[in-house]
Amino acid sequence: MMVIAALLILGVLLFILGTIFYKGLPVLNLDMITKLPGGGFYLGKEGGVLNAIVGSFCIICGSVLISLFISVPLVMYINFYLPKKSRFSKAIRFSLDILFGVPSIVYGAFGFSLMIYLGIKASLLGGIIAVAMLIMPIMMRPFDEVAHLLSRDLPDALLSLGVTKYEMIKVILRQLRPGLITSVLLAVGRGIGDAATVLFTAGYTDNIPVAFSQPAASLPLSIFFQLGSPVEEVQNRGYASAIILTIIVLILSFVSRLISSKYSKNRI
Amino acid sequence: MSIISTSARKIVPGQFHVMEEISPEQKSDHNYSITIENLDVYIEDHQILEDINVSIPEKSITCIIGPSGCGKTTFLKTLNRMHDETPEVRIKGNVIVDGENIYGADVNVNDTRRKMGLLAQRPCLLPMSIYDNVAYGPKIHGLKRRKAINQTVIQYLQYVGLWDEVRNRIRSSATGLSIGQQQRLCLARGLAVEPEYILGDEATSALDPLSTKKIEELFIKLKEKYTVILVTHTLRQARRIADFIIFMYLGKIIEAGPTEEFFNNPGKQITKDYLSGSFS
Repeated sequence: MMVIAALLILGVLLFILGTIFYKGLPVLNLDMITKLPGGGFYLGKEGGVLNAIVGSFCIICGSVLISLFISVPLVMYINFYLPKKSRFSKAIRFSLDILFGVPSIVYGAFGFSLMIYLGIKASLLGGIIAVAMLIMPIMMRPFDEVAHLLSRDLPDALLSLGVTKYEMIKVILRQLRPGLITSVLLAVGRGIGDAATVLFTAGYTDNIPVAFSQPAASLPLSIFFQLGSPVEEVQNRGYASAIILTIIVLILSFVSRLISSKYSKNRI
Repeated sequence: MSIISTSARKIVPGQFHVMEEISPEQKSDHNYSITIENLDVYIEDHQILEDINVSIPEKSITCIIGPSGCGKTTFLKTLNRMHDETPEVRIKGNVIVDGENIYGADVNVNDTRRKMGLLAQRPCLLPMSIYDNVAYGPKIHGLKRRKAINQTVIQYLQYVGLWDEVRNRIRSSATGLSIGQQQRLCLARGLAVEPEYILGDEATSALDPLSTKKIEELFIKLKEKYTVILVTHTLRQARRIADFIIFMYLGKIIEAGPTEEFFNNPGKQITKDYLSGSFS
Protein backbone atom coordinates (compact mmCIF):
# COMPACT_ATOMS: atom_id res chain seq x y z
CA MET A 1 0.00 0.00 0.00
CA MET A 2 2.73 2.40 1.02
CA VAL A 3 4.76 1.48 -2.01
CA ILE A 4 1.78 2.12 -4.27
CA ALA A 5 1.23 5.52 -2.66
CA ALA A 6 4.88 6.41 -3.13
CA LEU A 7 4.79 5.29 -6.76
CA LEU A 8 1.62 7.27 -7.32
CA ILE A 9 3.22 10.46 -6.02
CA LEU A 10 6.32 9.86 -8.11
CA GLY A 11 4.17 9.05 -11.12
CA VAL A 12 2.17 12.27 -10.82
CA LEU A 13 5.35 14.32 -10.50
CA LEU A 14 6.92 12.63 -13.53
CA PHE A 15 3.71 13.05 -15.52
CA ILE A 16 3.56 16.80 -14.82
CA LEU A 17 7.24 17.36 -15.51
CA GLY A 18 7.03 15.07 -18.54
CA THR A 19 4.14 17.01 -20.02
CA ILE A 20 5.68 20.44 -19.67
CA PHE A 21 9.06 19.25 -20.88
CA TYR A 22 7.65 17.24 -23.80
CA LYS A 23 5.58 20.14 -25.05
CA GLY A 24 7.71 23.05 -23.90
CA LEU A 25 11.29 21.95 -24.45
CA PRO A 26 11.20 22.05 -28.30
CA VAL A 27 10.15 25.72 -28.30
CA LEU A 28 12.28 26.78 -25.32
CA ASN A 29 15.09 28.98 -26.58
CA LEU A 30 17.14 31.95 -25.51
CA ASP A 31 14.63 34.36 -27.03
CA MET A 32 12.02 33.14 -24.58
CA ILE A 33 13.93 34.46 -21.61
CA THR A 34 15.68 37.46 -23.14
CA LYS A 35 12.98 39.11 -25.24
CA LEU A 36 9.78 40.92 -24.54
CA PRO A 37 6.67 39.73 -26.36
CA GLY A 38 6.70 41.33 -29.80
CA GLY A 39 3.61 42.34 -31.72
CA GLY A 40 1.47 39.30 -32.39
CA PHE A 41 3.39 37.17 -29.89
CA TYR A 42 0.18 35.54 -28.78
CA LEU A 43 -0.60 34.64 -32.36
CA GLY A 44 2.68 32.86 -32.95
CA LYS A 45 5.00 35.72 -33.88
CA GLU A 46 8.36 36.05 -32.23
CA GLY A 47 9.24 37.33 -28.77
CA GLY A 48 9.72 36.02 -25.24
CA VAL A 49 8.34 36.22 -21.74
CA LEU A 50 11.00 38.46 -20.18
CA ASN A 51 8.23 40.82 -19.06
CA ALA A 52 6.61 38.05 -17.03
CA ILE A 53 9.92 36.80 -15.59
CA VAL A 54 10.91 40.26 -14.40
CA GLY A 55 7.38 41.04 -13.25
CA SER A 56 7.07 37.85 -11.21
CA PHE A 57 10.50 38.42 -9.75
CA CYS A 58 9.65 41.99 -8.66
CA ILE A 59 6.31 40.95 -7.20
CA ILE A 60 7.72 38.05 -5.22
CA CYS A 61 10.74 39.98 -3.92
CA GLY A 62 8.59 42.87 -2.77
CA SER A 63 6.01 40.69 -1.12
CA VAL A 64 8.59 38.49 0.62
CA LEU A 65 10.20 41.64 2.03
CA ILE A 66 6.89 42.97 3.29
CA SER A 67 5.89 39.67 4.86
CA LEU A 68 9.31 39.27 6.48
CA PHE A 69 9.01 42.67 8.09
CA ILE A 70 5.67 41.70 9.54
CA SER A 71 6.00 38.00 10.28
CA VAL A 72 9.43 37.89 11.95
CA PRO A 73 8.61 40.49 14.64
CA LEU A 74 5.18 38.96 15.16
CA VAL A 75 6.50 35.41 15.56
CA MET A 76 9.20 36.64 17.96
CA TYR A 77 6.59 38.56 19.91
CA ILE A 78 4.13 35.72 20.36
CA ASN A 79 6.85 33.22 21.18
CA PHE A 80 9.31 35.12 23.34
CA TYR A 81 7.51 38.15 24.74
CA LEU A 82 4.04 36.89 25.47
CA PRO A 83 3.55 34.29 28.18
CA LYS A 84 3.14 30.69 27.02
CA LYS A 85 -0.57 30.46 27.67
CA SER A 86 -1.37 33.94 26.41
CA ARG A 87 -4.80 34.31 24.84
CA PHE A 88 -3.50 36.87 22.41
CA SER A 89 -0.96 34.49 20.90
CA LYS A 90 -3.66 31.81 20.66
CA ALA A 91 -5.87 34.27 18.83
CA ILE A 92 -3.05 35.17 16.44
CA ARG A 93 -2.31 31.52 15.70
CA PHE A 94 -5.97 30.85 15.12
CA SER A 95 -6.30 33.76 12.70
CA LEU A 96 -3.19 32.61 10.88
CA ASP A 97 -4.75 29.18 10.45
CA ILE A 98 -7.83 30.78 8.94
CA LEU A 99 -5.81 33.05 6.66
CA PHE A 100 -3.80 29.99 5.61
CA GLY A 101 -6.94 28.43 4.23
CA VAL A 102 -8.30 31.48 2.42
CA PRO A 103 -8.24 30.86 -1.37
CA SER A 104 -5.89 33.10 -3.29
CA ILE A 105 -8.67 34.54 -5.46
CA VAL A 106 -10.16 36.00 -2.28
CA TYR A 107 -6.91 37.81 -1.58
CA GLY A 108 -6.95 39.01 -5.16
CA ALA A 109 -10.51 40.27 -4.87
CA PHE A 110 -9.80 41.84 -1.48
CA GLY A 111 -6.68 43.53 -2.82
CA PHE A 112 -8.67 44.73 -5.79
CA SER A 113 -11.42 46.30 -3.69
CA LEU A 114 -8.78 47.84 -1.44
CA MET A 115 -7.12 49.34 -4.51
CA ILE A 116 -10.41 50.74 -5.78
CA TYR A 117 -11.00 52.26 -2.37
CA LEU A 118 -7.55 53.84 -2.36
CA GLY A 119 -7.83 54.79 -6.00
CA ILE A 120 -4.82 52.85 -7.30
CA LYS A 121 -4.91 51.11 -10.66
CA ALA A 122 -3.69 47.59 -11.28
CA SER A 123 0.01 47.94 -10.61
CA LEU A 124 3.17 46.34 -9.35
CA LEU A 125 2.49 47.78 -5.90
CA GLY A 126 -1.01 46.33 -5.83
CA GLY A 127 0.35 42.92 -6.84
CA ILE A 128 3.05 43.06 -4.19
CA ILE A 129 0.55 43.88 -1.45
CA ALA A 130 -1.92 41.20 -2.50
CA VAL A 131 0.77 38.51 -2.81
CA ALA A 132 2.25 39.62 0.52
CA MET A 133 -1.14 39.02 2.14
CA LEU A 134 -1.32 35.61 0.49
CA ILE A 135 2.12 34.42 1.55
CA MET A 136 2.26 35.94 5.02
CA PRO A 137 0.39 33.12 6.77
CA ILE A 138 2.24 30.56 4.66
CA MET A 139 5.53 32.01 5.85
CA MET A 140 4.48 32.62 9.41
CA ARG A 141 2.90 29.31 10.34
CA PRO A 142 5.95 27.03 9.82
CA PHE A 143 8.29 29.69 11.20
CA ASP A 144 6.11 29.97 14.27
CA GLU A 145 6.26 26.21 14.59
CA VAL A 146 10.08 26.11 14.67
CA ALA A 147 10.19 29.07 17.04
CA HIS A 148 7.68 27.34 19.28
CA LEU A 149 9.74 24.15 19.33
CA LEU A 150 12.94 25.96 20.29
CA SER A 151 13.97 24.72 23.69
CA ARG A 152 13.64 27.16 26.59
CA ASP A 153 17.32 26.52 27.33
CA LEU A 154 18.65 29.03 24.80
CA PRO A 155 16.60 32.04 25.96
CA ASP A 156 17.39 31.13 29.56
CA ALA A 157 21.10 30.80 28.84
CA LEU A 158 21.11 34.18 27.12
CA LEU A 159 19.09 35.97 29.78
CA SER A 160 21.28 34.60 32.52
CA LEU A 161 24.20 36.37 30.85
CA GLY A 162 22.34 39.58 31.58
CA VAL A 163 21.55 40.46 27.97
CA THR A 164 18.46 42.42 27.04
CA LYS A 165 15.50 40.80 25.35
CA TYR A 166 16.36 42.51 22.10
CA GLU A 167 19.86 41.02 22.09
CA MET A 168 18.36 37.68 23.01
CA ILE A 169 16.05 37.81 19.99
CA LYS A 170 19.01 38.50 17.70
CA VAL A 171 20.78 35.30 18.78
CA ILE A 172 17.56 33.30 18.67
CA LEU A 173 16.97 34.46 15.09
CA ARG A 174 20.41 33.20 14.23
CA GLN A 175 19.48 29.83 15.63
CA LEU A 176 16.17 29.84 13.77
CA ARG A 177 17.60 30.97 10.42
CA PRO A 178 17.31 27.59 8.64
CA GLY A 179 13.68 27.36 9.73
CA LEU A 180 13.05 30.88 8.51
CA ILE A 181 14.64 30.17 5.15
CA THR A 182 12.50 27.08 4.71
CA SER A 183 9.39 29.08 5.51
CA VAL A 184 10.35 31.79 3.04
CA LEU A 185 10.93 29.14 0.38
CA LEU A 186 7.52 27.63 0.95
CA ALA A 187 6.00 31.06 0.65
CA VAL A 188 7.97 31.94 -2.49
CA GLY A 189 7.00 28.68 -4.14
CA ARG A 190 3.37 29.39 -3.47
CA GLY A 191 3.45 33.10 -4.22
CA ILE A 192 5.36 32.99 -7.49
CA GLY A 193 3.08 30.40 -9.01
CA ASP A 194 -0.19 31.98 -8.01
CA ALA A 195 -2.27 33.47 -10.81
CA ALA A 196 -5.47 34.42 -9.02
CA THR A 197 -3.94 37.00 -6.68
CA VAL A 198 -2.16 38.95 -9.38
CA LEU A 199 -4.99 38.68 -11.91
CA PHE A 200 -6.83 41.75 -10.61
CA THR A 201 -4.12 43.47 -8.69
CA ALA A 202 -0.97 43.53 -10.80
CA GLY A 203 -2.64 43.49 -14.18
CA TYR A 204 -0.70 42.41 -17.23
CA THR A 205 1.59 44.18 -19.61
CA ASP A 206 4.02 43.38 -22.37
CA ASN A 207 6.59 45.74 -20.89
CA ILE A 208 8.89 45.60 -17.93
CA PRO A 209 7.55 47.70 -15.04
CA VAL A 210 9.85 50.60 -14.14
CA ALA A 211 7.71 52.09 -11.36
CA PHE A 212 5.50 50.73 -8.59
CA SER A 213 2.52 52.41 -10.17
CA GLN A 214 2.84 50.55 -13.47
CA PRO A 215 1.17 47.25 -14.16
CA ALA A 216 3.41 44.20 -14.01
CA ALA A 217 3.20 40.91 -15.87
CA SER A 218 3.68 37.60 -14.08
CA LEU A 219 4.60 34.12 -15.22
CA PRO A 220 1.41 32.34 -14.16
CA LEU A 221 -0.72 34.85 -16.07
CA SER A 222 1.63 34.70 -19.02
CA ILE A 223 1.23 30.93 -19.06
CA PHE A 224 -2.52 31.34 -18.80
CA PHE A 225 -2.70 33.71 -21.76
CA GLN A 226 -0.42 31.60 -23.92
CA LEU A 227 -2.28 28.39 -23.19
CA GLY A 228 -5.51 30.18 -24.03
CA SER A 229 -4.27 30.97 -27.50
CA PRO A 230 -5.71 28.94 -30.36
CA VAL A 231 -2.26 28.68 -32.00
CA GLU A 232 -0.50 25.45 -31.09
CA GLU A 233 2.95 26.98 -31.11
CA VAL A 234 1.87 29.60 -28.59
CA GLN A 235 0.37 26.88 -26.42
CA ASN A 236 3.70 25.08 -26.45
CA ARG A 237 5.38 28.33 -25.49
CA GLY A 238 3.05 28.32 -22.48
CA TYR A 239 4.57 24.99 -21.47
CA ALA A 240 8.02 26.43 -22.04
CA SER A 241 7.12 29.28 -19.70
CA ALA A 242 6.03 26.67 -17.17
CA ILE A 243 9.50 25.12 -17.45
CA ILE A 244 11.02 28.54 -16.77
CA LEU A 245 8.80 29.01 -13.71
CA THR A 246 9.70 25.57 -12.39
CA ILE A 247 13.40 26.19 -12.90
CA ILE A 248 13.23 29.58 -11.17
CA VAL A 249 11.62 27.99 -8.12
CA LEU A 250 14.25 25.23 -8.16
CA ILE A 251 17.12 27.71 -8.43
CA LEU A 252 15.71 29.84 -5.62
CA SER A 253 15.37 26.79 -3.45
CA PHE A 254 18.94 25.59 -4.14
CA VAL A 255 20.46 29.01 -3.65
CA SER A 256 18.73 29.60 -0.35
CA ARG A 257 19.66 26.16 0.92
CA LEU A 258 23.24 26.88 -0.08
CA ILE A 259 23.22 30.20 1.73
CA SER A 260 21.60 28.66 4.74
CA SER A 261 24.14 25.85 5.02
CA LYS A 262 27.01 28.28 4.50
CA TYR A 263 25.86 30.59 7.25
CA SER A 264 24.72 27.91 9.61
CA LYS A 265 28.12 26.23 9.86
CA ASN A 266 28.25 27.35 13.45
CA ARG A 267 24.80 26.17 14.15
CA ILE A 268 24.16 23.88 17.07
CA MET B 1 33.83 31.42 57.94
CA SER B 2 30.74 30.53 59.78
CA ILE B 3 27.88 28.35 58.90
CA ILE B 4 24.74 29.09 57.03
CA SER B 5 22.39 30.64 59.35
CA THR B 6 20.06 33.28 59.99
CA SER B 7 20.81 34.98 63.20
CA ALA B 8 22.76 38.13 63.58
CA ARG B 9 25.09 36.94 66.28
CA LYS B 10 28.09 34.81 65.50
CA ILE B 11 26.56 31.51 64.88
CA VAL B 12 26.82 28.57 67.16
CA PRO B 13 27.04 25.34 65.19
CA GLY B 14 23.82 23.46 65.40
CA GLN B 15 21.57 26.49 65.50
CA PHE B 16 21.04 26.82 61.87
CA HIS B 17 17.48 26.04 61.20
CA VAL B 18 15.25 28.93 60.61
CA MET B 19 15.78 32.59 60.90
CA GLU B 20 14.09 34.28 63.77
CA GLU B 21 14.48 37.92 63.02
CA ILE B 22 16.80 40.08 61.06
CA SER B 23 18.39 43.20 62.31
CA PRO B 24 19.66 45.81 59.86
CA GLU B 25 23.28 45.20 60.84
CA GLN B 26 23.01 41.62 59.80
CA LYS B 27 22.42 42.55 56.20
CA SER B 28 25.84 44.07 56.07
CA ASP B 29 27.49 41.09 57.71
CA HIS B 30 30.24 40.47 55.21
CA ASN B 31 30.21 36.75 55.74
CA TYR B 32 26.82 36.50 54.17
CA SER B 33 26.50 37.66 50.63
CA ILE B 34 22.96 36.49 50.04
CA THR B 35 20.22 36.68 52.62
CA ILE B 36 16.75 35.44 51.88
CA GLU B 37 13.93 36.68 54.04
CA ASN B 38 10.38 35.35 54.28
CA LEU B 39 10.39 34.15 50.72
CA ASP B 40 7.15 32.68 49.40
CA VAL B 41 6.80 31.60 45.79
CA TYR B 42 3.50 30.71 44.15
CA ILE B 43 2.79 29.35 40.71
CA GLU B 44 -0.76 30.47 40.06
CA ASP B 45 -2.45 29.50 43.35
CA HIS B 46 -0.11 26.71 44.21
CA GLN B 47 2.53 27.51 46.79
CA ILE B 48 5.93 26.18 45.75
CA LEU B 49 8.20 27.71 48.37
CA GLU B 50 7.07 28.53 51.86
CA ASP B 51 8.71 30.92 54.25
CA ILE B 52 12.30 30.52 53.17
CA ASN B 53 14.72 32.25 55.53
CA VAL B 54 18.36 31.51 54.99
CA SER B 55 21.70 33.18 54.45
CA ILE B 56 24.34 31.96 52.08
CA PRO B 57 27.97 32.51 53.05
CA GLU B 58 30.25 34.10 50.52
CA LYS B 59 33.18 32.44 48.75
CA SER B 60 32.08 28.92 49.52
CA ILE B 61 30.05 26.15 47.93
CA THR B 62 26.50 25.79 49.12
CA CYS B 63 24.59 22.75 47.90
CA ILE B 64 20.81 22.65 47.88
CA ILE B 65 19.59 19.08 48.21
CA GLY B 66 16.24 17.44 48.54
CA PRO B 67 13.88 15.05 46.80
CA SER B 68 12.49 15.81 43.33
CA GLY B 69 9.83 18.46 43.26
CA CYS B 70 10.81 20.01 46.57
CA GLY B 71 11.42 23.40 45.02
CA LYS B 72 15.21 23.40 44.65
CA THR B 73 15.25 24.75 41.12
CA THR B 74 12.45 27.21 41.86
CA PHE B 75 14.53 28.48 44.75
CA LEU B 76 17.62 28.82 42.59
CA LYS B 77 15.67 30.70 39.95
CA THR B 78 14.51 33.25 42.49
CA LEU B 79 18.13 34.20 42.98
CA ASN B 80 18.64 35.45 39.43
CA ARG B 81 15.06 36.54 38.79
CA MET B 82 14.49 34.02 36.02
CA HIS B 83 10.91 33.74 37.28
CA ASP B 84 10.29 37.15 35.73
CA GLU B 85 9.91 35.29 32.44
CA THR B 86 6.93 33.30 33.71
CA PRO B 87 4.10 35.63 34.70
CA GLU B 88 2.22 32.89 36.56
CA VAL B 89 4.89 32.96 39.25
CA ARG B 90 4.35 35.29 42.21
CA ILE B 91 7.14 36.05 44.61
CA LYS B 92 6.84 37.52 48.07
CA GLY B 93 9.71 38.30 50.38
CA ASN B 94 13.20 39.67 50.01
CA VAL B 95 16.32 38.33 48.40
CA ILE B 96 19.13 40.53 49.59
CA VAL B 97 22.29 40.32 47.54
CA ASP B 98 25.21 42.48 48.62
CA GLY B 99 22.91 44.56 50.78
CA GLU B 100 20.34 45.21 48.08
CA ASN B 101 16.98 43.53 47.62
CA ILE B 102 17.04 42.21 44.06
CA TYR B 103 13.23 42.34 43.99
CA GLY B 104 13.36 46.04 44.85
CA ALA B 105 11.61 48.57 42.68
CA ASP B 106 14.54 50.18 40.88
CA VAL B 107 16.71 47.13 40.37
CA ASN B 108 17.92 46.47 36.84
CA VAL B 109 17.10 42.83 36.23
CA ASN B 110 19.81 42.46 33.57
CA ASP B 111 22.47 43.60 36.02
CA THR B 112 21.19 41.16 38.61
CA ARG B 113 21.34 38.29 36.15
CA ARG B 114 24.77 39.27 35.02
CA LYS B 115 25.93 39.14 38.62
CA MET B 116 24.51 35.61 38.94
CA GLY B 117 26.20 33.32 36.46
CA LEU B 118 23.99 30.33 35.69
CA LEU B 119 25.19 26.88 34.70
CA ALA B 120 22.23 24.88 33.45
CA GLN B 121 21.59 21.17 33.60
CA ARG B 122 22.41 20.57 29.97
CA PRO B 123 24.98 22.71 28.19
CA CYS B 124 23.22 25.14 25.87
CA LEU B 125 25.61 26.71 23.41
CA LEU B 126 24.97 29.81 21.40
CA PRO B 127 24.77 29.28 17.63
CA MET B 128 28.29 30.62 17.15
CA SER B 129 31.91 29.52 17.16
CA ILE B 130 33.76 28.50 20.32
CA TYR B 131 35.44 31.89 20.42
CA ASP B 132 32.21 33.83 19.99
CA ASN B 133 30.45 31.79 22.64
CA VAL B 134 32.84 33.23 25.21
CA ALA B 135 33.24 36.63 23.56
CA TYR B 136 29.50 37.21 23.20
CA GLY B 137 28.81 38.29 26.79
CA PRO B 138 31.71 40.74 27.18
CA LYS B 139 30.92 42.23 23.75
CA ILE B 140 27.27 42.75 24.67
CA HIS B 141 28.32 44.38 27.91
CA GLY B 142 30.45 46.88 26.09
CA LEU B 143 33.93 45.42 25.65
CA LYS B 144 35.05 46.86 22.31
CA ARG B 145 38.76 46.45 21.77
CA ARG B 146 39.65 43.29 19.91
CA LYS B 147 42.73 42.74 22.00
CA ALA B 148 40.83 42.95 25.25
CA ILE B 149 38.20 40.54 23.94
CA ASN B 150 40.87 38.09 22.82
CA GLN B 151 42.47 38.27 26.22
CA THR B 152 39.18 37.66 28.00
CA VAL B 153 38.38 34.65 25.83
CA ILE B 154 41.78 33.07 26.36
CA GLN B 155 41.77 33.84 30.06
CA TYR B 156 38.45 32.14 30.74
CA LEU B 157 39.05 29.22 28.41
CA GLN B 158 42.27 28.64 30.30
CA TYR B 159 40.47 28.99 33.58
CA VAL B 160 38.08 26.16 32.76
CA GLY B 161 40.92 24.11 31.29
CA LEU B 162 39.56 24.15 27.76
CA TRP B 163 42.13 26.34 26.05
CA ASP B 164 44.63 23.60 25.22
CA GLU B 165 41.88 21.36 23.93
CA VAL B 166 40.32 23.91 21.59
CA ARG B 167 43.06 26.40 20.70
CA ASN B 168 43.41 25.02 17.18
CA ARG B 169 39.71 25.14 16.38
CA ILE B 170 38.64 28.21 18.27
CA ARG B 171 36.82 29.60 15.22
CA SER B 172 34.95 26.44 14.45
CA SER B 173 31.51 25.51 15.66
CA ALA B 174 31.09 24.68 19.30
CA THR B 175 28.94 21.68 18.41
CA GLY B 176 32.01 19.58 17.74
CA LEU B 177 32.86 19.54 21.43
CA SER B 178 32.01 16.69 23.75
CA ILE B 179 29.22 17.35 26.20
CA GLY B 180 31.66 17.74 29.08
CA GLN B 181 33.67 20.26 27.07
CA GLN B 182 30.45 22.04 26.16
CA GLN B 183 29.54 22.38 29.82
CA ARG B 184 32.96 23.86 30.59
CA LEU B 185 32.54 26.22 27.64
CA CYS B 186 29.20 27.32 29.10
CA LEU B 187 30.95 27.95 32.38
CA ALA B 188 33.64 30.03 30.63
CA ARG B 189 30.89 31.96 28.84
CA GLY B 190 29.17 32.64 32.15
CA LEU B 191 32.41 33.70 33.85
CA ALA B 192 33.33 36.04 31.00
CA VAL B 193 30.58 38.49 31.98
CA GLU B 194 32.25 38.72 35.40
CA PRO B 195 29.57 37.48 37.75
CA GLU B 196 30.03 37.37 41.51
CA TYR B 197 27.94 34.29 42.07
CA ILE B 198 27.74 31.00 40.24
CA LEU B 199 24.45 29.15 40.27
CA GLY B 200 24.48 25.56 39.12
CA ASP B 201 21.24 23.73 38.40
CA GLU B 202 22.25 20.07 38.52
CA ALA B 203 25.12 21.12 36.34
CA THR B 204 26.73 17.70 36.21
CA SER B 205 23.69 15.45 35.91
CA ALA B 206 24.03 15.09 32.13
CA LEU B 207 27.77 14.42 32.23
CA ASP B 208 29.94 11.33 32.39
CA PRO B 209 31.93 10.67 35.59
CA LEU B 210 35.18 12.12 34.23
CA SER B 211 33.57 15.36 33.05
CA THR B 212 31.67 15.54 36.32
CA LYS B 213 34.95 15.33 38.17
CA LYS B 214 36.40 18.15 36.09
CA ILE B 215 33.40 20.38 36.72
CA GLU B 216 33.51 19.59 40.43
CA GLU B 217 37.19 20.52 40.55
CA LEU B 218 36.29 23.76 38.82
CA PHE B 219 33.65 24.52 41.41
CA ILE B 220 36.23 24.05 44.15
CA LYS B 221 38.56 26.39 42.28
CA LEU B 222 35.73 28.87 41.75
CA LYS B 223 34.93 29.29 45.41
CA GLU B 224 38.17 31.18 45.91
CA LYS B 225 36.69 34.05 43.93
CA TYR B 226 32.99 33.41 43.71
CA THR B 227 30.11 32.30 45.85
CA VAL B 228 28.89 29.03 44.40
CA ILE B 229 25.34 27.78 44.89
CA LEU B 230 24.50 24.38 43.46
CA VAL B 231 21.36 22.35 43.19
CA THR B 232 22.28 18.71 43.17
CA HIS B 233 20.56 15.38 43.16
CA THR B 234 23.53 13.36 44.28
CA LEU B 235 24.21 13.32 47.98
CA ARG B 236 27.72 12.07 47.32
CA GLN B 237 28.48 15.09 45.20
CA ALA B 238 27.18 17.40 47.91
CA ARG B 239 29.35 15.61 50.42
CA ARG B 240 32.41 15.80 48.18
CA ILE B 241 32.36 19.47 47.32
CA ALA B 242 29.92 21.40 49.48
CA ASP B 243 30.90 23.57 52.41
CA PHE B 244 27.32 24.14 53.36
CA ILE B 245 24.13 22.21 52.78
CA ILE B 246 20.56 23.40 52.51
CA PHE B 247 18.10 20.54 52.75
CA MET B 248 14.65 21.24 51.33
CA TYR B 249 11.50 19.21 51.50
CA LEU B 250 8.06 20.09 50.16
CA GLY B 251 8.95 23.70 49.56
CA LYS B 252 10.47 24.38 52.96
CA ILE B 253 13.98 24.45 54.28
CA ILE B 254 14.18 21.63 56.77
CA GLU B 255 17.75 22.02 57.78
CA ALA B 256 20.80 24.01 56.77
CA GLY B 257 24.37 23.87 57.98
CA PRO B 258 27.98 22.97 57.35
CA THR B 259 28.46 19.76 55.39
CA GLU B 260 30.22 17.71 58.06
CA GLU B 261 27.70 18.63 60.68
CA PHE B 262 24.80 18.00 58.34
CA PHE B 263 25.83 14.54 57.25
CA ASN B 264 27.23 13.30 60.54
CA ASN B 265 24.75 14.76 62.89
CA PRO B 266 21.49 15.71 61.22
CA GLY B 267 19.11 17.47 63.54
CA LYS B 268 15.78 16.21 62.31
CA GLN B 269 14.26 12.82 61.71
CA ILE B 270 13.21 13.65 58.16
CA THR B 271 16.79 14.58 57.29
CA LYS B 272 18.01 11.28 58.71
CA ASP B 273 15.42 9.44 56.65
CA TYR B 274 16.48 11.26 53.50
CA LEU B 275 20.16 10.64 54.10
CA SER B 276 19.57 6.97 54.77
CA GLY B 277 17.70 6.69 51.50
CA SER B 278 14.24 6.03 52.91
CA PHE B 279 12.85 8.37 50.27
CA SER B 280 14.31 10.32 47.45
